[in-house]
Order: sequence, then C-alpha cells, then structure tokens
Amino acid sequence: MNAVPLLSLVVFTPWIGAAVLAFLRGISPATTRALTLAFSLSTLALSGLLLFQFDPHSLSPQLVERHTWIVALNVHYHLGLDGLSLLLVLLTGILTPAALLASWYHLSPSLPLPLSPSSSPRLFGSLFLLLQGAALGVFLALDFFHWFLFWELSLVPAFFLIKLWGGPGAPRAAYQFVVYTIGGSAFMLVGFAALFVATGTLDFAQLAQLGRDGTLAAKLPGSGHEIVFFGVLLGFAVKVPLWPFHTWLPATYAEAPTGAAMFLTGVMSKMGVYGFLRILWPIFPAPLHYAAPWLSALALGGVVFGAFAAMKQTDLKRMVAYSSINHLSYCLLALFAVSYATGRNVATGPAASAALSGTLLQMFNHGLSAAALFACVGVLQTRKAHALSLPSDTGVPPVSLHDFGGVRTAAPIFAGLCGLSLFSSLGLPGLNGFVGEFLIFRGVFGLHPVAAAIATLGLLATALFLLTFWQRVFHGPRAGVTATAFADLNPIELATLLPLAVLMAVFGLFPGLLTGLFNPLITSWADHLTLP
Amino acid sequence: MNYTELLRAMVPEAALVIGALFVLTLDLAFGPRRTLESRLYLAVTTGTAAVVAAMYGAFSSSLAGSVFGGALILDELTMATRLGVLVLAWITLTLAGSTARLRHPAEFVAIVLLATAGFTVMAAAQQLLVAFVALELASLSLYILAGFDKSKPESAEAALKYFLFGGMSAAFLLFGFSLIYGLTGSIELHEISAHLAAHPPTPLLSVALVMVLVAFGFKAAAAPFHLWAPDVYEGAPVSSAALIASASKLAGLTLFVRLLWPGFGPGAGNVSTAAGAPGWLAIVACLSAASLVLGNFAALAQSNLRRLLAYSAIAHAGVMLLGVIAAGDAGNGPLFYYVFTYGIATVGAFGVIAVIERTSPCQRITDLAGLYRRSPLLTGCLLIYILSLAGIPPLAGFFGKFTVFAAALNLGGLAGPAGWLAILAIFLSALALYYYLVILKQALVVPPAAATSSDPSTSRISVPVDAAIVLVFAALVLVVLGLFPSFVLRIF
Amino acid sequence: MNALPLTIYASFAGAVLALAAGTRSHAAARWIALVTALTSFALTLLAASSFAPSPGLQTIIDLPWIAELGIRYHLAADGISLTLLVLTGLAATVGVLFSWNIEHRVGEFFALYLTLIGGVFGVFLSADAFTMFVFYEIAIVPKYFLIANWGSPVTREHAAMKLVLYSFAGSALVLAGLLWANAAAVAHGSVSSFSLNDLAAAATHFSRGEQIGLFALVFTGFAVLAGMFPFHTWAPTGHVAAPTAASMLLAGVVMKLGAYGCLRVAMPLFPVGLAFWQPTIAALAIIGIFYAGFIALVQDDFKFVIGYSSVSHMGFVLLGLAAANATAVAGAVLQMFSHGVIAGLLFAVVGRMVYERTHTRQLADLRQLPLHRLLPFAALTFVLAGLASMGMPGFSGFPAELTILMGVWKTSPVWALFAGGGILVAAAFTLRAIQVSFFGSIPLSRVTASGSEPIHAGSLHHYEPITLAEKVGTALLLAATVYIGLKPDVLLDWITPALQSPLMQAALKGGSL
Repeated sequence: MNAVPLLSLVVFTPWIGAAVLAFLRGISPATTRALTLAFSLSTLALSGLLLFQFDPHSLSPQLVERHTWIVALNVHYHLGLDGLSLLLVLLTGILTPAALLASWYHLSPSLPLPLSPSSSPRLFGSLFLLLQGAALGVFLALDFFHWFLFWELSLVPAFFLIKLWGGPGAPRAAYQFVVYTIGGSAFMLVGFAALFVATGTLDFAQLAQLGRDGTLAAKLPGSGHEIVFFGVLLGFAVKVPLWPFHTWLPATYAEAPTGAAMFLTGVMSKMGVYGFLRILWPIFPAPLHYAAPWLSALALGGVVFGAFAAMKQTDLKRMVAYSSINHLSYCLLALFAVSYATGRNVATGPAASAALSGTLLQMFNHGLSAAALFACVGVLQTRKAHALSLPSDTGVPPVSLHDFGGVRTAAPIFAGLCGLSLFSSLGLPGLNGFVGEFLIFRGVFGLHPVAAAIATLGLLATALFLLTFWQRVFHGPRAGVTATAFADLNPIELATLLPLAVLMAVFGLFPGLLTGLFNPLITSWADHLTLP
Repeated sequence: MNYTELLRAMVPEAALVIGALFVLTLDLAFGPRRTLESRLYLAVTTGTAAVVAAMYGAFSSSLAGSVFGGALILDELTMATRLGVLVLAWITLTLAGSTARLRHPAEFVAIVLLATAGFTVMAAAQQLLVAFVALELASLSLYILAGFDKSKPESAEAALKYFLFGGMSAAFLLFGFSLIYGLTGSIELHEISAHLAAHPPTPLLSVALVMVLVAFGFKAAAAPFHLWAPDVYEGAPVSSAALIASASKLAGLTLFVRLLWPGFGPGAGNVSTAAGAPGWLAIVACLSAASLVLGNFAALAQSNLRRLLAYSAIAHAGVMLLGVIAAGDAGNGPLFYYVFTYGIATVGAFGVIAVIERTSPCQRITDLAGLYRRSPLLTGCLLIYILSLAGIPPLAGFFGKFTVFAAALNLGGLAGPAGWLAILAIFLSALALYYYLVILKQALVVPPAAATSSDPSTSRISVPVDAAIVLVFAALVLVVLGLFPSFVLRIF
Repeated sequence: MNALPLTIYASFAGAVLALAAGTRSHAAARWIALVTALTSFALTLLAASSFAPSPGLQTIIDLPWIAELGIRYHLAADGISLTLLVLTGLAATVGVLFSWNIEHRVGEFFALYLTLIGGVFGVFLSADAFTMFVFYEIAIVPKYFLIANWGSPVTREHAAMKLVLYSFAGSALVLAGLLWANAAAVAHGSVSSFSLNDLAAAATHFSRGEQIGLFALVFTGFAVLAGMFPFHTWAPTGHVAAPTAASMLLAGVVMKLGAYGCLRVAMPLFPVGLAFWQPTIAALAIIGIFYAGFIALVQDDFKFVIGYSSVSHMGFVLLGLAAANATAVAGAVLQMFSHGVIAGLLFAVVGRMVYERTHTRQLADLRQLPLHRLLPFAALTFVLAGLASMGMPGFSGFPAELTILMGVWKTSPVWALFAGGGILVAAAFTLRAIQVSFFGSIPLSRVTASGSEPIHAGSLHHYEPITLAEKVGTALLLAATVYIGLKPDVLLDWITPALQSPLMQAALKGGSL
C-alpha cells in the first residue's frame, strides 16, 4: 500500500481524459488533438515514475493496491506491477501517442460532408483513450473480475474505431473481430466460474499457488480440470491469435484505420500473450505441459503458415498483418517449448530463461516494429489517396505491392525509417527484432530442437516477403503512385515514425535496458519449472 | 297441521302474490287514464314494494326447519335462496321499469311477481308435490314472460320453444315423481331417503331418477337439454331473459339439490374414485362434462351477443352441476355462492343490453363497438360483469369457481371423475376467457363505427338513474362478495 | 418494511385517480401516474434501506381472509421479493416517463398501467398462494387492454389475445395445481390452507407421483409467463405489439412474475418434483437460450430482436433455477433484476426513441439512416444497453451471468458450457442489432463518394429531439445497471440469506455462494 495509488492513476488517467473529451462539447479539433495526445502521453510520464520506483529484484508484485470489492464473490480490486506488466505498460505508453499521431488525419477538422466518418475528432479521441486505459488495466489487474472487465471493455472502443473509421469492409471485419474474441472469452468465463466454484477465489496469485501445488486438479474432479483449461486457453488463443484461431485477424487489421491497426497489433495482441504468461501458464502448469506438444505444433503452424501467407499477399496491410501472426507465434512457441520441457530431466534452466526473456523481448519489439510498419503503410495509403486525389473523407485506399516503385529516391527519409522497421521486424542483427528472435531460437533449440528447426522455415519466408516489400516499393524505377509527386514525410508523420525508429535502434544495441527490467523475474520462473 | 306456522313461513310468497294482485287492480283503477310510461312506473313501484316486503319477510322468517308437516323447510338454504331470487327479481323489475317498452306493463310486473313467488316456494319445498306445483307456477309464468313482446316474432318463437321443452320436462318430472311415490310410498323427502337407504336400488328407481334428472337438466339448461336456451335468450324480452337466466336458475338448483341430496341421497352412488359406484351422481357428472365442453366450444363460434351469453350459461351450468356433485360433502355453500353471483352477473349483463337497446339495437357482439365512448358507466359495469363471468379475481365469479373446484377436488383429489371434471373445467375456463374478451374488445377497444350524428349506434347512451343504480349495485355486489366471500359462505 | 403493502394500495388508488382525472385533463392523469409510481418506488427503496436480511419471509400483514378455506391475507417479504419490488418500482417510474407522450385515452392507459403494477407488487409480496394467485391474475388482464388499445396498429389485437390467453392458460395450470395440492394436503390430514409454509409442510407427506405431477403443473404454469421454451411464443409478439411502456413492463417485470412464481411456489413446495424435472427444465432453458438467440440473430424487425433477446435471457434465469443450488438461484434472481432493467432500456430505445421518430422498425430501413448522428443519445443508450445485455463486465448482466455460470457448473459442467455458448450467441445478435440499427449507414460517406445519395438524406433532421422525460428515464435505468454491475453485493446480500430459509433449503442443494 502506498500513499498515491500510482497504478490506478496509470489505468484511469486515459479514461478520465476520455470523459473530459466527451463532456467538452464544441471544442476546436486543434484542442481535441492536443488534449487527446496529452492524456495519452500521461501513461509514458507515469511509467517514468514507475521505472523510478520499480525494483527489478523483488519478485513479488510491487506498488500493490488491494481493496475489498465484492464480498459475495470474494473479489478484490487488486493491481500490481512486476517486470512483465511494466514492460507492457511502457509499450502501451510509447505506442498510443504514436498511434494517435498516425491518426492525426482522423482528428483533423470536420470535412465538407456532414456525415463523414472523420468528422468527430472528439469521438475518435475518447474511444482511443478508452482503449488505452482498458489495455493498461489488463496489464496491471491481478484479480480476474476487473481483469476481465478491462479485457472485455477493450473490445468496445476497438470495435467502433474499426467500424466507424475503417475501410470499406470495416463493419464486417469489426463484427467478426468482436464476436470471435467474445466467443473465446465466453468460455474463459465459464472456466473461471468453475475455478471460483472449486477454489472460492478469483485472485491470480492464489489461483497460481493452487495450480502449482496441484490442489486445483484435486478440486476439479473428472475432466473438469481439462475443460476449464481449454476454456481459458480458447480465450487467449483467439486473442493472440494462435493458429488456426487467427482467421479474424487479417481482415480486421487490413480494414482498421492506421492508428487502430498500430494499437491492435502493438498492444492488443500482446494482451493475449500476456494472458498466456500471467494466467494460463501459472494456473495450469500441468495441463499446459501435457497439451504443449500439440500447442507448439499449432504455434509452428502460425510461424510457418503466417509467413507463407504473408508472402502471398500483395496488399501491404494484409502482408504486415500476417507477418504479425508469424511473429507472435514465436512468443507462443517459446512458451510452449518451456512448458513442454518442464519436468523433463534435461538442463532446462538456461534454455528456458533464454526462451522466456526472448518471448518478452519479442513482445516488446514486435510491438514497436509492427506498429511502425503499419504507420508506414498508412503513409503510403495517404500518398496513394492524394495521388488519386480522392476526397479526403472517403477513407484511405488499400495499397498493394505494385502501386509503388522507387520510393527511396522520392522520399529518402521515409524510405530510411520504413527500411529500419522492415529490417528490425525481419530480425537483422543490431536492430531490436534480432535479439528477441535470437533468444527464442536459442531457448527452443535447447528445449525442443525439432520445433526450432521447423520454425527456421518461418524465418526464411519472413525474410523473403519483407525483402520483396522493400525491393518492390522502395527500389526500381519510380512507378505507379510514385511516378507523379511523392511527398516525403510531413512533420507529423515524422513525429510518428522517428521515435519508434530510434527506439528500435536503441533497444537493438542495448537490449539490456529492457532485459534488466525482467531478468530476475525470468530467472525465478526458469528456476521453478516444476509440475505438481 | 299448524296454519299460523304455515302463514309465518309463507310471508314472502303472500307478499308477492298480494303485490301482484294489487298491481293489477291499481292498473285497472288508474290505468286507462294514464300513459304507458306512468302505468309501467306505477306497476314497477308497487311491484318493487312487494318484493321488498317479501325480502323483509324472508329475512325475518325464523329458521324453523320443517314446517307444516314437512311440506316446507326453512333452513339456511331456503333463506339464502329466497333472498337471492328476490334480489335478482328486484334488479329485473327495476331494469324493466326503465327499459322495457310493453303494451301491458301491469301484467308483466304481476307475472314477474308470480314467477318470483314460484321461485321462493321452490326454495322452500321439501315435498314432491309442493316442489312440482312451485316449479309449474314459476315455469308457466316464465313461458308467458318469454313471449311477452307480441311485436316480435322471435319472442313468440322463444316462448313456444320454451313451452314445449318445459312442458315435456314437466311431464318427465311428474312421471318420475309418481314412480318414486309408487316405489317408496311417500312424497316426503326424508321418508323417501329413509326408504331408499333401507332397500336396494331397483331398475325402476333408476328410471325414475333419470326422469327427474332430465327435468333438472332442462331447468339448469345443461347439455343435452339446453336446446331452448339460445333461442329464449335471443328472442325473449331482455328483462324476461334476465329473469330466466338468473332467478329461475337459482331457484331450480336449490330445488333439485334439495331433492337429490336429502331426498335421493342414498341413491347418489360415488364419482370421487375411478371405480365409483352406480347412482345419479354419475349421470350428473356426464351432464356436467357435456355442458362444460359444449357450452364453451359453442360459445367460441357465436356472433350474437345473447346467444353467446346463452352458451356461456350452458358452460356455467356444467360448473353448477359440479357444485351439485360436491354439495354432498361440502354442503350447499359453494353451489349457492356460485349460482347467486352468476345470476347477478348475468342480470347485470342483460341490464346493460337492455339499456343499450333504448337507443340502438344490441343483438350482435359488434353492436357493442365503441361502448366506451357511448357510455363509460355501462362499459365499466359490463367489464365487471363479464370479467366476473370469466372468473377473474377479485370478482365474485372467480371465487365461485375456486370454491366449487376446491370442493370437487376435495372429494378425492384426482382419484375420480369429480376431480377430473374440476381440472377439465379449470382448463376450459382459460378457453372461455377468449369469448369473454371478444365481448370486451368490442366494448373497450374497437372505436364506434363512422360517427354520424344521425346514426343511433354511435350516439351517446343516456342511462336512466334507477337503471344506473341497480347496475352499479350489481357490480358492487360482485366486487364485495368477491373480496369477502365469507359474507355468503358464513350463512351455511 | 411495513410500508411495503402501501405500494399495492397506492398503485390501485392511483389507477382510480388517474381514470377519474383522465376525463378532464391528460396532464393531470400523467402526473398522478408519475407521482404514484414514484411513491411506490420510494417506498420500496425506503424498505430496502431499513431491510435486515434474514432467512425466510418476514411477515408484514397476516389476517384471516376466507376462514372457510383457511385462506389468509398474508403479505411478507424477503431479500428476493425485495429485489424484485425495487425493480418493479423502478420499472414503473421509468415506464410512466416513457409513456409521457401518450395522447389517446390517457386516463384509461394509466389506470390499466397502475392496476398492472399494483398486481405485480401484490404477487411479489404474497406469502399465501391464494393471495398471490389473485394478484397474479389482476396483473394479467390489464395487459390485454394496454396492448389492444395502445399497441402497434396491425398486430395488436391478435398479439394481445395471444398473450393473455397464454398467461391465463398458464395460471389455469397453476390454479389446478394449487387446488390439487390443497385437496391432497387435506386428504393427508392437514387443515385446509393455502399459506406457502403450510402447503410446503403438507407436501412433505405427498407421494412421489403427486409431487411430480404438482410440480409439473405449477412450474409449467408459471414458466409460461417466464417465457420458457416452447411456451415462449406469446412473448415476442406481445412485446412487439405492445406500446413502449407496456413492453418495458412485460419484459422487465411481468416475465419475472413467472420466474418468481417458479422459485417461490413450485420449487420449495415440491422439491421431489423439482429433482425429477430438473434435467428437463435445464434442457428446455438451454434450447430457449439458443433458439431465441438464433432467431434474434436473423430478425428483420428491430423490436423482434429485442423481444427474442428477452426470451433468450430468461433462458438463463430458468437455467439458474433448474440448477437448483443457492449460487445458481442467487444468480437467477440477480439476472431477473438485471434483465428487467436492461430490457426496459432496450425497449425504451427501440419503441420510444427510435420507432416513434422514424416510424419504422425494419432494420433494412433503419440501416439507411445515419441514426447515430440523428439520434446520438439514443445511439449511446442503445450501445450501453446492448453491452449490458451482452453481459459486458461493468454492467449488471455480468455478475448475474457469472454467478449463474458458477452455480450451473456446480450442478453440471455440461450445462455451464452450453450457457457459455449462449453468452456468445447473445453477444452476436446484440452486436448485430447495434451495428445494423444505429451504425448501418457507415460507410455512408463512401456511398456518397461513389455517387449514390443516401436514402432519406433530405428528411434527415426532422426528428423531434429526445425529451427530458426520456433522458431522465434512461439515466435512472443506466444508473441502476451500472451500479449493480459494480456492486452486485447490494443485491446478493439480500438474496443469499433469503435462500438459507428452511423452505428454500428444502429445494436447493449445495449451500450458498
């Protein structure tokens, strides 16, 4: 218990911002933009404070806030911070402002047509802040009740962001997205209902304790334990997504407006992985262990098919979307490998810790680079729209590999930044993407060599399509849209991409900056790999 | 033979008969020099006075038990029935006074009074002959009343049908009575029952019982002896129909329940278990089932308001017979409560029809369209009467059903036909709600037809004060008795 | 607590006053209705504030009524009834606000309306089966006239008749059951009585066959009104044909009468029968959840979507009851409250805010209108109400469904999984309704860009603004659902003890939460 409820502050400042925006009728778009950005930056500022107060070496959650909430359901308002949460809070803090900057266009003044989707910046801003707050809540909540609250509520603003500001197919995509996710979480809900019936608590820590010492299995007789496990698994598998539950993702990402796409891939997909690490793995070590071979097969499916699917795409946004399926599958693969190796008498310690820290790094880095890539695609879209001189409220047109050529000469800065993000996501040594994937592969080789071997296929394909992207769009003769004028980045776009690029470079060169935050945690996890 | 006792016992009848004669004389004396309206008014006032006097007589008469050598009996049932029929007769008279357009008002009133006298005697009769005479007095008056409106052929048709059926049933009854007399050598009910208890039933006895029950079925308009009801309800003058539907039923049921249980009780048999035992109860049960089914289903098909009331009356007769079956165990309370409240509701409904007919014809259900605009008062009263007939709490009709069914089920649960009949009746009452709602829909929902000031069927209806008073009174009775049924049940 | 019966009398008195006043001034009738509803609401809240939860019914009045049959006028309340009384008060108040715009036969409308309310209060307060039945029927009849007179022109008479006949058939079953139970009790040697306690005591001596038969009669009878599949068909047509306030009451309160009857009468009186029928009821409830949900998913009529959604949600209530353990039943009661509030909101938006302005309920037409811009308030309300009805955390639907899931899992994990699927279906059709009805016109801008003008584009801004009455009503309901969503304790603290009463424990297995 600390005097200032810092974590609550982190979570709720964006929501307060949303409320403020909602109530300030008739403020100028400029003010709206400023306010939204300011509130979204609050997270970054506050996480600065968090970093200052955070002690990486204490393994228990820190800055804990715990208040009794619902007695009948033994629910507590319980927030806590550890390395994992901090990492993701940081990521959210960095990506949200960037995403907002990338959506500057949607926050621009009302356009001629009274009904244009982009004509209510206040709505867009407040929805985005709601989304940010919900995500932060998910990363900081330690009790199922309000964790689930944030988890579900994050869907609502996402739904409307996609639907109202998205591309032509947006309504369908948004619908698909929400229904899939709720479908997953409905069964997760059943699972937790069962957990509460069995244990009488919804606190993650206590549940994890019960899961570790096996009482959970004892209290869920028959196949109850497995049913619950699969229910919860389904919820996360859809969210990440784990192949083959990914079918909602490409359409959703492709239709979503740039900013929303950045946030979806950068932060919301991490909510799924976070769920695996924070909830599924600790609470169900044994079932996860037994399911690990199959699950890692699915993860491999994601790695490989994700990459090859991406290779087949000509629509750039879809390509990036598939690539992020591929990248996230690495994280899951590593986790499953660890859980698979758990309890086998091989020297898992170092390999496991490598795999796990790789996972965490990969989450963070993929967040940066994928978001950056979507931002770049967004830039290309605006350029195409401009070139075709579409009315600016008609949403942005889809862009394909063949619309461009020789952008490098036309817009060197853009080319540079985009290239950086491409190579980072491709895992070029020296850029952040490399560190994560390297650690993951090192770990997985130690734990599950076959899987690692197959996964390399994915690496290969990734390299191929990302290079195709690079070569088709930025090299060769100026063609398509680029043939006419192709303006280089305007200040706002620069402000969006530059920080991301810088961070990619920095974390590529000094991954220790990040690993320092969670290494003790990871080592403790890796050292206590046991089955009940 | 103690004649003073007899006179004290017969005060109500005396009042009624004297009243009837008085009405006629007055009319002869002052009639010719006056208009129809004033003659009617005079007659009705006198008649009402007689009825009130009779009420006082009935109320003050001591519950002496058997009087005049067992010819009559003064018990709770007698008093209740007498008061009941008198109240119903009073309502009928008042309504007639303000609504009927008759060529011979005094005769009408006089005959109503005579019929009522017949009813009151039926209520008290404890001897086959007295019973038969009373029944005939009432029936003959009712035949006349049914045909009283000479201007309408329907009225004549109704009278004829009623007369033919009635005559036949009277013949049956008399035949049955004589057989019983022959078998038991007595016309005193208690002696008859004593004899029946002592001797095993003979085939001849069952023939006699069947004949009595046929007459009973006719009186109660129970299927399959109901055929006269629809035409009489439709053709007879409204106030006559009201009397036939209400007071005559009450008196008839009292008479027959007295004949059947105290009289032929030993021959009742048993319908409370599946196996049962042969006896007249079985026949009554069959009549009841037939009436319930036929009445309810036939009512669904009606488009004529009065025929609908007739078929609903048949359906109600089914429940009344169930009450007769239960009366052996549960006593006469439930049955009387049911029949009396039913009578009030029916008289009220006919009264509403009568008042409407002062301005516009009211035969088809659709003639009620827009009543809520034409007269809120009538609409409100009609709502209460119909809902009571449908058996909606807190109105009396509901508790009537409730207590009869409860009594029937208490005979032996679902073990026997009595219980099954009760369940059948409950489900059919849900069906019945449909046709009652059809009436109410016309009255409360459907707007009046194209409102042209000339067309009487849309003009506002003026309700005469006295009619308004009795209608509201009837509605209040239904509400109060529905809320506090003990007022009636306590008597028994 | 002791003031609770006043809610009944106040409502009936208000009905008479409104009828009288209506002939002279419409405004007077409206205000009388509003004041009456508010009074009852205040009374319920007052009682709630001083309510001391305890196992079993707390008697308020107990007078001999019809001594001959051992019938008593016995009013009592426990946490469950209190929950539903508060709901009724709330729904009544809001309903008046949402029928403020009625111009035709106002006095009669509010008279019938308040009669219905009075009957509902009576049912929730009765501890004597006869008393309860009387109030139950008083609540049924006004529905016919409310719908047939003020409903939507085409279907109203048919729908009203269907609804009332179904309800009356149901109550006939109940009546048969009660009379049979009384007869059986007398046959087994106890005195004739209709008090729930006495009947329950007597029912312990009943044979298994009697218990099974009686439970079937009484439960089915009440379940008809609760919209249990396959007796639900009155509900959608009735909800759709009814005027807004009536639909709000029907879905919000009247359907709860049925569920309440099942819980208060059928289950405690005939536990053996319950045990026998449990799987059947659960199966029917689950079928109802999915069947109604799928129908709602493909409806073209906006109001039908909501109508079927009510049936689907009542499926959860019935499933909770079928699970027959304290957790599930507590969840079911919570769901009754929650659905009462949410259905009220949804019908308010569809029937009043949208239909009476656009005069169409066809989703096909609505999707042409950019409703979220023309009626932003309605859009916001519907989105929030929709989320609540999807069982989004933070709204009352969530703790209710969570609790039901917990309880159902205790009884049978398989049922719980089906229920989970049901949540998914609910989410699917609610989301569809939201996006087609209010946000259908997006991407309208693209339509214009590609040349074709949006339909009705000319007549877009002619809708009268949302009135104050509507806003207040909406605010009340929203506040209720969010408050209970975040503090379900408030209700659970009343409900849970009530389930500890011996009477309930006889029916329920498996302790409390």
